[in-house]
Amino acid sequence: MLTPIICRMKVSAPRIAAAAQPGQFLIVRADEKGERIPLTISDFDRKEGTVTIVTQKIGASTADIIAYEAGESFADVVGPLGVASEFVEMAPEKLAQQRYVLIAGGLGTAPVYPQAKWLKEHGVPVDVIIGAKTKDLLIYVDEMREVCDNLFICTDDGSFGFKGMGTNMLEHVVSEGHRYTQAVIIGPMIMMKFTTLTCKKLGIPAIVSLNTLMVDGTGMCGACRVSVGGKTRFACVEGPEFDGYEVDFDEAMRRQGQYKAEEAATNEHHVCKIGRGK
Amino acid sequence: MANRIPRVAVREQDPKVRATNFEEVCYGYNREEAMLEASRCLHCKNPRCVGACPVNIQIPEFIAKLNEGDVEGAAAVIAADSSLPAVCGRVCPQETQCEGSCVLGVKGEPVAIGKLERFVADETLGKASAAVAPANGVKVAVVGSGPAGLACASDLAKWGYDVTIFEALHKAGGVLEYGIPEFRLPKDKVLKHEIEEVKRLGVKIETDVIIGKTVTIDTLMDQEGFKAVFIGSGAGLPKFMNIPGENLCGVFSANEFLTRNNLMKAWREDYMTPIHAGKKVCVVGGGNVAMDAARTALRLGAEVHIIYRRTEAELPARKEEVHHAIEEGIIFDMLTNPVEVLGDEKGWVRALKCIRMELGEPDESGRRSPVPVEGSEFEIETEVVIMALGTSPNPMISKATAGLETNRRGCLVADEKGATTRPGVFAGGDAVTGAATVILAMGAGRTAAKAIDEYLRQ
Repeated sequence: MLTPIICRMKVSAPRIAAAAQPGQFLIVRADEKGERIPLTISDFDRKEGTVTIVTQKIGASTADIIAYEAGESFADVVGPLGVASEFVEMAPEKLAQQRYVLIAGGLGTAPVYPQAKWLKEHGVPVDVIIGAKTKDLLIYVDEMREVCDNLFICTDDGSFGFKGMGTNMLEHVVSEGHRYTQAVIIGPMIMMKFTTLTCKKLGIPAIVSLNTLMVDGTGMCGACRVSVGGKTRFACVEGPEFDGYEVDFDEAMRRQGQYKAEEAATNEHHVCKIGRGK
Repeated sequence: MANRIPRVAVREQDPKVRATNFEEVCYGYNREEAMLEASRCLHCKNPRCVGACPVNIQIPEFIAKLNEGDVEGAAAVIAADSSLPAVCGRVCPQETQCEGSCVLGVKGEPVAIGKLERFVADETLGKASAAVAPANGVKVAVVGSGPAGLACASDLAKWGYDVTIFEALHKAGGVLEYGIPEFRLPKDKVLKHEIEEVKRLGVKIETDVIIGKTVTIDTLMDQEGFKAVFIGSGAGLPKFMNIPGENLCGVFSANEFLTRNNLMKAWREDYMTPIHAGKKVCVVGGGNVAMDAARTALRLGAEVHIIYRRTEAELPARKEEVHHAIEEGIIFDMLTNPVEVLGDEKGWVRALKCIRMELGEPDESGRRSPVPVEGSEFEIETEVVIMALGTSPNPMISKATAGLETNRRGCLVADEKGATTRPGVFAGGDAVTGAATVILAMGAGRTAAKAIDEYLRQ
């Protein structure tokens, strides 16, 4: 457990580990009656054949996952899904000119980690900003320090690091003279919306990773559709990363909450039959 | 004499009752009814029904066995050509295939071949009947566990090949599992057993493997020792209308709606899957998928309208499905085409703005094409809009596989035997033709199985 409600686990999945790239995700299903839950890949070890995922307790299905003990297994793990981060396929001469800033909000810190790791390994300058509500919700701080040039941490309540949000931190860092050619923002939809606005103000291109609703994750259902530059795109197969300047965040946030009423009803009625409590 | 007996009617669940449950609509024949219906077959010397069946089941032969009271014998005749008889007896469009070419149909009613197939299959469900040749140790990979993949894998396994099916979802069956609802094709009672039978032939099924993502065709062939690959990945990508408001909350693809309900069992209280049908639903489209989505929404408690731009005569759905839908109380709004989805202040669907249509000149398909009536726009208030406009093949595999060509519609290019532009890789079913029927996909799977066998013997 990284925090009381955030849990990190290593999953043995040799085929997925062999194919995974930064920016991709996978889908897990806790048991026969559970939902298919998309989770970003926060690390992978090709030799060991494992992928690491980080989950936060949100609804009944994620609560079931969090309650897992080491050695238990998912009913299903499928992936890697989505397109790898842009830099993975970038021409070396173009990559050599980049200076990245990765901005993580809350649970978004986990998928930022493999991106920073990849960039560091390929000698690309990379700074990371981690933002969280409070000190207790910070994750991956020590690990991240190892894989970036500068790590900046901020908390909304000032209980650790800079007091303020990721947007304030970014403005502060840039005002101190740090320069970036590209930002990657991963976090809650609302955080990505406002951080994109800040990037726009500062003239930094911004990529965001959208955690939309999904069923299959292979382009079949269309639940994940988002408007990007006025066009409908499927986050599962064409994303999850898109140009933040072009994303219609308000629509994306509304669509994300589409099943809130049904889920609230499920949570209320959900009586755990296998002794995991609520 | 024989043709004086009228076609035996099949018993069905009462429309009012079935509109509130997910149990199967059609009860099928009992033994007595099946024997009576079987006696109607004239056993033509040149049976046209066999040629009209995409997998060429020896229809008069199995009916003859049935006449003798030999149900197992009848099952064995069918099993030689079809691995999914209980499925096909339920979902095949017999009226345009076997039954459509039955001689009895010229003056009266054709033999109810589909219902007889279903009777034989149901009676012998789970009792093995197909013979398997000794193993030859040659590995063949099949991508997708839908009708095309299951048919191809079954034939290859019967001939002794070591076949592994790779399925992207967590359950085998493809469209039979995620697309066709329980009330038309019961999953545990019927589908599960037919898939078990395919496994009994020696076919291995690996779920949760997405070819093109988890592993590529190159890896399968170069590193995992597969000598040939059959792609039966179907047509999984939903089409939308590209009209304003289509991304409002409450607009779903039929694929999403049906997958939630069928594969993810949202209709069952004990599953966690959420689904939103609301009080009123408009389903746009007129095919079998539109009927399935509409009848599903009805069973979840909504008032359901089918919005279709032509008239009832042009509905592409099977007559039986349309008939069932009408009986159950689905409202058909014909000659109506949506132009915009209107939302409320919270971003949810409020109404569907439509325009009246009229039929104009016939187009190249021979159907009269619908033309909008100018100034006839009107609103239908609704909570949910389900788009059932057809599907196209998923580009995931073609994108990840060098040398695999697709056409303009995104379908894999394959010759009449199923050979793609890449040696050793074959394809068939919706992935090649675009969305079609279960039985055509099975036919294509069998054709490709033959071609794979020939290719591997070279």
